[in-house]
Amino acid sequence: MNLSRMMMIHRTLIYFILISGSIVMLFPFLWLVRSSVMSTAQIFTFPPEWIPRPFEWSNYKDALTVVPFFKYFLNTMLIELFVITGIVITSSLAGYSFARLKWPFRNIMFGLVLSTLMMPYAVTLIPTFMLWKSLGAINTYLPLIVPAWFGGGAFNIFLLRQFFNTIPRDLDEAAYMDGANPLIVLWRIMLPLSKPALIVVTIFAFIGTWNDFLGPLIYLSSDEKFTLALGLASFRGLYNAQWGYLMAASSAVVAPIIVLFFFGQRYFIEGITLTGIKG
Amino acid sequence: MNRAMTKLPPGKMRLSGVARMERNWGILFALPAILGFFIFVLGPIIAALVFSLTNWSIGSDMEFIGLDNYRTMVAEDTLFTKSLFVTVYYALGSVPLGIVISFAVAMLLNQKVRGLSIFRTIYYLPVLVPTIANSMLWLWLFNPDFGLLNSILDSAGLPKSQWIYDEGTAIPSLILMSTWGIGNAAVIFLAGLQGVPGHLYEAVEIDGGGALRKFWHVTLPSMTPTIFFNLVMMIIGTLQVFDQAYVMTNGGPNNATLFYIFYLYRKAFTETHMAYASAMAWVLFLIIMALTALVFRSSRFWVYYEGEGRS
Repeated sequence: MNLSRMMMIHRTLIYFILISGSIVMLFPFLWLVRSSVMSTAQIFTFPPEWIPRPFEWSNYKDALTVVPFFKYFLNTMLIELFVITGIVITSSLAGYSFARLKWPFRNIMFGLVLSTLMMPYAVTLIPTFMLWKSLGAINTYLPLIVPAWFGGGAFNIFLLRQFFNTIPRDLDEAAYMDGANPLIVLWRIMLPLSKPALIVVTIFAFIGTWNDFLGPLIYLSSDEKFTLALGLASFRGLYNAQWGYLMAASSAVVAPIIVLFFFGQRYFIEGITLTGIKG
Repeated sequence: MNRAMTKLPPGKMRLSGVARMERNWGILFALPAILGFFIFVLGPIIAALVFSLTNWSIGSDMEFIGLDNYRTMVAEDTLFTKSLFVTVYYALGSVPLGIVISFAVAMLLNQKVRGLSIFRTIYYLPVLVPTIANSMLWLWLFNPDFGLLNSILDSAGLPKSQWIYDEGTAIPSLILMSTWGIGNAAVIFLAGLQGVPGHLYEAVEIDGGGALRKFWHVTLPSMTPTIFFNLVMMIIGTLQVFDQAYVMTNGGPNNATLFYIFYLYRKAFTETHMAYASAMAWVLFLIIMALTALVFRSSRFWVYYEGEGRS
């Protein structure tokens, strides 16, 4: 009796803390959405009101047209397309090579690639910029896309290698007996069995590109080439205190990622968990 | 890797054929990654070191000046010292706080609660907000006149704060903001907690140990590899904060949020002192390497791995 009462109090306390925490986590989102549909007059009241009167839907229309957000969206998607393809292709190739194929210095090379996980990006920033500058590629998408075709990042290679290692070797051995080459094995056997891992790689590549700010900031100078993240930042400079507009534009940048999350939740959790497992 | 083919009559020849094929395809497949490592990582790191020993700015000649940039940095550039201080201050606040909160959230979520996936989603959601949008949102939350945070303080009868607009509260405000993004670490911790073998807890129970002993003798030791991972990643992440400074504070007020990378960016891309910025990049590189090495070194004293089956 006493014990079950203690348990009850214990559980109630847990839920109380979790729910309070959830409210804290959700409040900024509510603030974002409520501000995005509020008139300027109502936004500048203190204490703030929560219910927009009227709902100023035109904030979205205005915010997304005064700055060519749709254009920025297309630009971003174009970069996404090439970045994701590059990452998926070259990281699968490398991951497979590191997992299954024997060649000299393979493990040393893998260690080197893996060590770049801890590399601060700042240290490569300036020489890489100078490289692209000397190639005349400033204000093009090349600096944002091309690196994705060179291995696709240590994390993705690592993740795919781990995943390939869980696939029974008998499968590829049998295919080799039938005269298949590694490309066929990768394409016909490994990749079809690795869909979850490939989805994780795709999702994280998508988000990484969507959120990237410093890259576009450094490499893109003319505003018709801006990405969404860069466009949003430049928007802040233009409409300094138009919070309704700023929040509408921010919501528009956040929303696709949230939608993506709800469709691929399982893969998100798996992907994040995988990053932690290697310990 | 023994292939069944060794038994075939022309075994040796076939095997070496397979080995050669593997080697050729293997190198070919890894080639983009290998080239990428040399072109986009190792090459630039060495180039940055070479740049850092010159006085080069865009549009001027390059002259070798030895360690002068580094000397200037330490001895004369007070903004450099400031930026280092600001960044370390931020990291010292946000890393321990982030670890503790995310660990606590994961512990709570691991108590067989109902609606686990809903809670997990809610705590993870802020991580999805792109840093630029995040910065924009928090800029508005921190607004001293009409922002949400001051209205909360106000309704609780507390004095309002100037948040990021005051030299003294700017960094604490950004640390507060960083706790909104603990979801990633929490999900990793949760996965770790779910992997703690139940029989260990039972063993403590049999010995008559309570919740505290379970936590101290089972949970914490089993979780040290995960704590270690999150710690390293968070340190590396917080030392490289840029977006917030760019969008929210522009390094101000009075350089109170002059984050290291933000200052480096300014040196390189507004003042075009490429050589000096490269020297700064190398200093950060060394700091991160040293810190990571330190955490790795110390890990043998506090990180506990069950069995030896880890690679």
